[in-house]
Amino acid sequence: MINKDIKKVIVLGSGALKIGEAGEFDYSGSQALKALKEENIETILINPNIATIQTSTDIADRIYFLPVTPFFVEQVIIKEKPDGILLAFGGQTALNCGVALFRQGILEKYNVKVLGTPVQSIIDTEDREIFSGKLAEINVLTPRSIACLNLEAAYAAVKIVGYPIIIRAAYTLGGLGSGFCSNDEELKELASKAFTYSPQILVEESIKGWKEVEYEVVRDRFNNCITVCNMENFDPLGIHTGESIVVAPSQTLSNSEYHKLRALAIKIIRHIGIVGECNVQYALDPHSEDYRVIEVNARLSRSSALASKATGYPLAFVAAKLGLGYGLHQLNNQVTKVTTAAFEPALDYIVCKIPRWDLNKFSGVSKNLGSSMKSVGEIMSIGRSFEEAIQKGIRMVGIGMHGFVANKEEITIEQIDEELIHPTDRRIFAIAEAFNKGYSVDEIYEKTKIDRWFLQKLQNIHKTKNKLEEVNSLPTLDDSLLLQAKKEGFSDFQVARLVLKSSNKEINGDLLKVREWRKSKNILPSVKQIDTLAGEYPAQTNYLYLTYNGNEHDIEFPRDDKSVIVLGSGAYRIGSSVEFDWCSVNAITTIHKENYRSIMINYNPETVSTDYDTCDRLYFDELTFERVMDIVDLEVPKGVVLSMGGQIPNNLAMKLHRQNVPILGTSPLNIDRAEDRKKFSSLCDTLGIDQPRWSELTTIEGIYTFVDEVGFPVLIRPSYVLSGAAMNVVSNRDQLQHFLTLAANVSKEHPVVVSEFIEQAKEIEIDAVAKNGEVVAYAISEHVEFAGVHSGDATIVFPPQKLYVETIRRIKKIAKQIAKELNITGPFNMQLLAKDNDIKVIECNLRASRSFPFVSKVMKYNLIEIATQVMLDAPFQKPDKSLFELDYVGVKAPQFSFARLLNADPVLGVDMSSTGEVGCIGENFYEAILKSMLSVGYTIPKKNILISSGPARSKVELIQSAKLLSERGFNLFATGGTQTFLSDNGIESTRVYWPDETDKHPNTLELIKEKKIDLVINIPKDHTSREISNGYTIRRSAIDYSIPLITNARVASAFIYAFCKYKIEDLSIKSWDEYKD
Amino acid sequence: MTQLRKARLILEDGTTFEGKSFGYEKSVAGEVVFYTAMTGYPESLTDPSYTGQILVSTFPLIGNYGVPSDSKEQGLYEFYESDKIHISGLIVSDYSFEYSHWNAIKSLGDWLKENKVPGLFGIDTRALTKIIRVKGSLLGKIEFDDEVIDFYDPNQENLVAIASTDKVQVFGNGEHRVVLVDCGVKYNIIRCLLDRNATVIVVPWDYDFSGEDFDGIFLSNGPGDPALCDATVENIRKTMIAEIPIMGICLGNQLLARAAGAETYKLKFGHRSHNQPVLLQGTDRCFITSQNHGFAVDTKTLPEDWEPLFTNVNDQTNEGIRHKTKPFFSTQFHPEAASGPVDTEFLFDDFINNVIEYKRKK
Repeated sequence: MINKDIKKVIVLGSGALKIGEAGEFDYSGSQALKALKEENIETILINPNIATIQTSTDIADRIYFLPVTPFFVEQVIIKEKPDGILLAFGGQTALNCGVALFRQGILEKYNVKVLGTPVQSIIDTEDREIFSGKLAEINVLTPRSIACLNLEAAYAAVKIVGYPIIIRAAYTLGGLGSGFCSNDEELKELASKAFTYSPQILVEESIKGWKEVEYEVVRDRFNNCITVCNMENFDPLGIHTGESIVVAPSQTLSNSEYHKLRALAIKIIRHIGIVGECNVQYALDPHSEDYRVIEVNARLSRSSALASKATGYPLAFVAAKLGLGYGLHQLNNQVTKVTTAAFEPALDYIVCKIPRWDLNKFSGVSKNLGSSMKSVGEIMSIGRSFEEAIQKGIRMVGIGMHGFVANKEEITIEQIDEELIHPTDRRIFAIAEAFNKGYSVDEIYEKTKIDRWFLQKLQNIHKTKNKLEEVNSLPTLDDSLLLQAKKEGFSDFQVARLVLKSSNKEINGDLLKVREWRKSKNILPSVKQIDTLAGEYPAQTNYLYLTYNGNEHDIEFPRDDKSVIVLGSGAYRIGSSVEFDWCSVNAITTIHKENYRSIMINYNPETVSTDYDTCDRLYFDELTFERVMDIVDLEVPKGVVLSMGGQIPNNLAMKLHRQNVPILGTSPLNIDRAEDRKKFSSLCDTLGIDQPRWSELTTIEGIYTFVDEVGFPVLIRPSYVLSGAAMNVVSNRDQLQHFLTLAANVSKEHPVVVSEFIEQAKEIEIDAVAKNGEVVAYAISEHVEFAGVHSGDATIVFPPQKLYVETIRRIKKIAKQIAKELNITGPFNMQLLAKDNDIKVIECNLRASRSFPFVSKVMKYNLIEIATQVMLDAPFQKPDKSLFELDYVGVKAPQFSFARLLNADPVLGVDMSSTGEVGCIGENFYEAILKSMLSVGYTIPKKNILISSGPARSKVELIQSAKLLSERGFNLFATGGTQTFLSDNGIESTRVYWPDETDKHPNTLELIKEKKIDLVINIPKDHTSREISNGYTIRRSAIDYSIPLITNARVASAFIYAFCKYKIEDLSIKSWDEYKD
Repeated sequence: MTQLRKARLILEDGTTFEGKSFGYEKSVAGEVVFYTAMTGYPESLTDPSYTGQILVSTFPLIGNYGVPSDSKEQGLYEFYESDKIHISGLIVSDYSFEYSHWNAIKSLGDWLKENKVPGLFGIDTRALTKIIRVKGSLLGKIEFDDEVIDFYDPNQENLVAIASTDKVQVFGNGEHRVVLVDCGVKYNIIRCLLDRNATVIVVPWDYDFSGEDFDGIFLSNGPGDPALCDATVENIRKTMIAEIPIMGICLGNQLLARAAGAETYKLKFGHRSHNQPVLLQGTDRCFITSQNHGFAVDTKTLPEDWEPLFTNVNDQTNEGIRHKTKPFFSTQFHPEAASGPVDTEFLFDDFINNVIEYKRKK
């Protein structure tokens, strides 16, 4: 049946998580590897993302932590001699790499067969013009677009396309010169302007405001096709689907619309010749059945991951099997076991996907949503009404909102119309506020073009909110109203706030009153299964969600003290992503191995932890106190693990503890002692452990007095964040003043924490596991950057290469003292500063940290497995090796997504801005850092390097590496100060002028725009506003013109040393298992 | 919304669900069946095959896009599958009181009221579906407080006689003359034939059409037990002596099988969905089909000169039969879709090609 010649297959991963390419590919890659393994095919995975599940030992046979680029993949092909390759499971990165390998003839040369969709089909969908032509062959419509060289041509084009149109200037960045026109006059004005930017403009028909609908289509080699799921965007066309709220299945499409688009999707997949899975995106006219095909993705995508989770249909798994030659009807339905994969899931619930944005983390970026993706994660909520799903979902996003309504304390929206017409990440709340202000559904529709059906449903929530507000106590609250509210997804918190009018102080107590009240009235959620067939066939599925739109549970609860609940990490966001999923999955696996039933709670569709086959039971539901308690009440578990999913579960520690929920591991009382800054500080004082001096201040005068005492620079953290006034380092009085003006709200309610900021200090991390206060395993790693760069953005080396033995000894001692004092059982992490063996603790978390997977994999000793065994009080193996005995080095490097964030300043600071990371292994530090940096998109410069080296200190830092570059024959281009400094030190460089010196040449900006530079090193200096703006322009242009940029002198220096020491051909092509200690 | 009346769905095993009424307020009894399609309630409600049944939608959100316009084309309602709602009652979880669609003219609730059909929402339809799955389709009744009624088994009755037309009607003016035996035909079958240049002569279920002038016979879908349609079976048998092409759908499949001499039987809870996979006999071609039936053909009883055409991939039940030498075939599923996937519409082409071939030989 299947191709028996395929015995060994390479799978390409997607590398570091970035905007537009995130955890979903860990999920799809893992599924593909499982599918291959089931066929006894040897699997080789290339993926530098060390924090993923797929790069774990029992998933792939061999793993290469190497860049997913043609060069490295070819090297691995030469070494491994695979029979086949899978390109569709590692996002655009893998696809692009595969196309390049195909075009360079490498696949043919080594006789590597592409499994699944042929490369030509991929090429046909990737190139806009070929794609439109291809679809025209089968009479399928795409948006009409005509290229014009002058105004007359534009008028002629409009005759064909028809108003309204969109004008796009060709070859410009960021939509410069683009806009909408609805008549000749507007066209004339806009087109004339566009021609000043570009010699060519595109006249396109405008389908903005149309419905956006997607289908996930599967085809096997027998030409059998199914559509697994369709999805409808809440936000109409004009907002990238990754930025849209999405529901599945579609809700406002009639049968004829649904099946018209479905039939087209099948026609397209057959014509293109896909074997496996693809995604078809449509625009659908809201006033007829007219449509356009917007895009076809000939690979697994974010949408396909969502569709898999939404339906329970394992798309990636099936796609991999189809690639091997199976037919759909020859594969089992993994859920029912008695039916086959040749069916289309029937849902008896609705799911809602909501993006998670972290736009506050970037300075300068526009908050408007549009045709490019900016969100960093997403959630999926499940309910049996739209109201229930959307309210759950809004809470899941984790931005502090309690649902669609009852967020008065958290958000105020003044410019309602503006927010409705020009949506930002706050639009859903603008709709809530519009209802408050008496807007009708039609008025909101006119401004947003969101289908009235969605708005009507949101209005139902609004109306119920009003009814709840009319009630003032629980005894006067009608049972049927309370039940209706719960069916519409209201949380106990919302009910408390609306009915009991609870203040923030009272709310935690009051929501418990609501909880007790509704339990006494028997208003309780039901547990339902997701079984792919809407109950038609019996299924032993463990994929579950809770709903109030039901009156019986689908499952039974053994309550035998043999189950353990693990709380997952929620939406991926900056600061919490795939690392915590790795920790959660490893905890789950260990729990299962220790003969307990593992129960997972999580709601992130981009994860492996939300795969129903990774655990014994999966509750795809909220991680709120209320929902966790609901599940605990039903399951009565042996214990709950909250140290694996990052800060979300960690924050529930005390609340769950107060309800006598058995928490496994460190006592919540001690978690609180570490979390509470004051308690922790006094604990350190008692133990004689040093911390940077800090104070929580409530007046401006207090701040000045404290700063006088500790001196500049200081780190300021306001508790109430106004725009642009987040955590920051200030180095002089002017800056402090400026900052305090921004953070005007300094008061008892909104204190500001000011800490001493130590410059030129090394930052060190320790990841450890303790049992009953005794450290049983640990890993110490060091940052390449000096303290001041957020640990999530830092380049981290393990084992440390440049630490004093004395420093390490003292850190171990501190870790032991703290573990003992807090009686830690389970994982913990500390961040410390070291300056001349002077050690200060800056942070302590009694949970797994971001670096656990990295250090665990580099030292081949799974800290999470141990931590879980410790928490279960199961036997475990203490490590017998010392971290100094490793014969190799691991380097973890951050991945930034600035290219996606128009106008954002690509500079690093105390707040985290990276979206992902990689971890590579090398024979030594330089080999490892070079592999890591190549993995996050840097390239070895060919010839020309632009340096503006910033403050004196970084100039000194860079001097040796600049000398090295010069010796190796690189051309150095330097701005004024740098050029003088280099020349004073005998290094030759060409003087270049600042961007604002437009009349002087060579100008930095010109060099960048003409792409004459191969690497930009720009170290920010924040003295005068002119320097700031020139620096910004250089950095931003480097990003916009895709030129590698480094903004930290120590990283720059390390990178330069590395590529001067190693040519790309010199880098060792070794799989993980070949690094032996 | 406060004045919504409560009503109960009572099953023959005594299980009771309480819901709120959004349709016509009248107690009704029938056979309770579930369907798992996620779209197409206007089409399903007007499908005559549902005659006598209280329909449970497993998809919870119903009424979202209202009810389409009642425009007609070639004498047929453009967006309905017959002239009226055929179900006895509708059970859903979450009803949309407000709707949104460019082609909608009224709400589902208003439409049910006009057709005097009750509808309840607020019922745990998944719990209800699981009962039907375990016990098989069972009798049930929707009861309002002031109107107590008895259970009623529609399968005891000749539902085809109720759903069929009482006179001969001719649609279209194409070159292929097709007699369509109306056992409760869905309009989309007629539309699919008209689209293929046919003149469709719709005749009552027990009509002896041998006197008509035609080049093909079409056996429609319809409700209930095929064993109660002996008159139709007799008429089919008579024509099978000649080689006039025959195609049947759903009940038509069962009637053709019976005419050939095979047996039919009642399924536990039937197939009512848009996602049923069927395999074309002897190939790896698999199609996703729309289905609505409670009875099936027993493949083992097919005579020598007949063979299965399609088989259900999930439960291996018969999904179609064909004569080994003559141009007779039928499907258990609905190639005309409406509602559901349109992947097998090509079977109408096969039928018309048979007709053309027959005329050429003639």
